[in-house]
Amino acid sequence: MKATRRHFLELSVAAAATVALGPRRARAQASGPRVVVVGGGFAGASCARALRQADPRIAVMLVEPNATFTACPFSNAVIGGLRELSAQRFTYERVAADGITIARTTATAVDAQGKSVTLADGARLPYDRLVLAPGIDIKWGALPGYDEAAAGQMPHAWRAGEQTLLLRRQLEGMDDGGLVVISAPANPFRCPPGPYERASLIAHFLKTKKPKSKLIVLDAKDAFSKQRLFQAAWAELYPGLLEWVPLSKGGNVTSVHAATSTLVTDFGKHQAKVANVIPPQKAGRIAEAAGVADRSGWCPIDPVTFESKLQAGIHVIGDAAIAGAMPKSAFAANSQAKVCAAAVATLVAGGTPSVPKLINTCYSLVAPDYGISVAGVYQPTGGQLADVPGSGGVSPSDAPREARKAEAVLAEAWFRTITTEAFG
Amino acid sequence: MRSTLAAAIAYVTIAAATVASAEPPAGAAACSGCHPSSARVQSPVVRLVGRDRAEIVKAMQDFRSGARAGTVMDRIAKGFTDAEIQAIAAWYAAQR
Ligand SMILES: Cc1cc2nc3c(=O)[nH]c(=O)nc-3n(C[C@H](O)[C@H](O)[C@H](O)COP(=O)(O)OP(=O)(O)OC[C@H]3O[C@@H](n4cnc5c(N)ncnc54)[C@H](O)[C@@H]3O)c2cc1C
Ligand code: HEC
Repeated sequence: MKATRRHFLELSVAAAATVALGPRRARAQASGPRVVVVGGGFAGASCARALRQADPRIAVMLVEPNATFTACPFSNAVIGGLRELSAQRFTYERVAADGITIARTTATAVDAQGKSVTLADGARLPYDRLVLAPGIDIKWGALPGYDEAAAGQMPHAWRAGEQTLLLRRQLEGMDDGGLVVISAPANPFRCPPGPYERASLIAHFLKTKKPKSKLIVLDAKDAFSKQRLFQAAWAELYPGLLEWVPLSKGGNVTSVHAATSTLVTDFGKHQAKVANVIPPQKAGRIAEAAGVADRSGWCPIDPVTFESKLQAGIHVIGDAAIAGAMPKSAFAANSQAKVCAAAVATLVAGGTPSVPKLINTCYSLVAPDYGISVAGVYQPTGGQLADVPGSGGVSPSDAPREARKAEAVLAEAWFRTITTEAFG
Repeated sequence: MRSTLAAAIAYVTIAAATVASAEPPAGAAACSGCHPSSARVQSPVVRLVGRDRAEIVKAMQDFRSGARAGTVMDRIAKGFTDAEIQAIAAWYAAQR
């Protein structure tokens, strides 16, 4: 608390000084263009660092309320008892050491015309270009019965931290023979293969610790990412334990009752001992406040620069953006961050950004030693990010078990690499 | 003679520095999602920074054609043209 307050004060003083300088500000800041990045997750932290690397003259300010970032990738392994949450946590010391000013607070408003960001204490940060990387917010109320209080009973665990630990404790505390239910949302949402990796690792936990139990996945969709690979692995590893119920078979959850741990579908009710509700989502709320989110709740962007199609001078990256064929993943967020940083550095120097190419790869663990992946290469096509024809795809369905082992190892290596690039 | 040589060396040094700090060509920045740019990362995936340009080109072309098998590089290499591969390889070879 003390540290938070001190940072906050320092920042307020700095911000107040900037504002008080008034007309002299331009001269005082003539040292370089100012770029403010809101959100220090995979997208924001990567972008702030890439901006400093692209052009050290740029003054980069990163706005992020948390002193510690808790990563979602591999949090399913925490839920399944294979990993500790401490392995998911990263601080911003090395980010700051790159010469990035960190404002440990929340951005509450954006004045797109006046080019300034308002912080929680009312201070204003002027910018030449703004990058919004706020990740997701839960669309509370979109699923009747599911509000913040309900999440204390039926965790979503879709933002890592206390929610992750709550779901793990509920699983650990459940008697053998209990019913676990996961409800998966309609597209689009953060991490398309995430619910199915989670189902796999919960099934692994049940198989080894509580083998009389059962897991049902209620899905608002009829198809999902890496579906054939997941289903083949489930049949091999978790027969009779894990059941997937698609939309057409009554998988769509229409309401929940937290007090009785009940999930209601069009076809009936499921009373769970442990219920994990992955609810509908939208871009982090600052996106709406800044006027960069459309009616879908997500943010349309230019595929070359990631500049908002709704507000000039504001770029949106990561889960919050509508990135065409690119999924909402940490890999994609990092890839977009580097393209956006290069574009912003070029734009503030008066140049024309070049046409980018991006990559995504999502590894999923079906078991601790069984990994599968989906990869894609993307380029701007007709105003959207589209797959490069002939590239990408999922791991081969006939791959030997050795290849699955190799991909499980590569998944962990990827996590170390990406978190080092963003935070290390 | 001497000063010409010195000037030539200085020129080459400046040129190399310029290449090393130039904006990465299309696609290059995405490789470091798996190929660590930091030497501090423990990974079975090799670093591309400072690697021989021709080696990178050959590996990418072989992954793309199927001459070399991989867990994921075949799927990624198919997204890049010869010209893009050349540019990415040259850029990584020049990085330190
Ligand atoms: C269970 C699970 C498993 C996953 N597994 C994988 C995986 O294996 N591979 C993969 O690539 N992806 C995975 N993902 C997806 C990945 O976590 C997200 O795609 C990624 O975190 C998106 O990055 P981001 O920067 O857009 O958002 P985040 O990483 O969520 O970062 C957003 C940041 O913005 C901050 N913020 C928000 N609003 C404000 C504001 N107003 N002011 C200041 N700061 C603000 C937040 O505090 C946060 O730090 C997984 C997700 C889940 C839930
Ligand atoms: C999803 C992770 C990932 C991404 C992204 C990625 N690579 Fe790779 N790369 C690998 C892996 C893993 C291998 C080992 C072969 C395999 O299993 O596919 C490899 C191998 C290679 C090799 C051969 C190295 C050697 O000598 O053994 C080269 C060269 C290479 N990659 C270049 C690139 C380039 C260039 C890019 C960006 C355009 C890139 N890679 C993007 C994971 C990745």
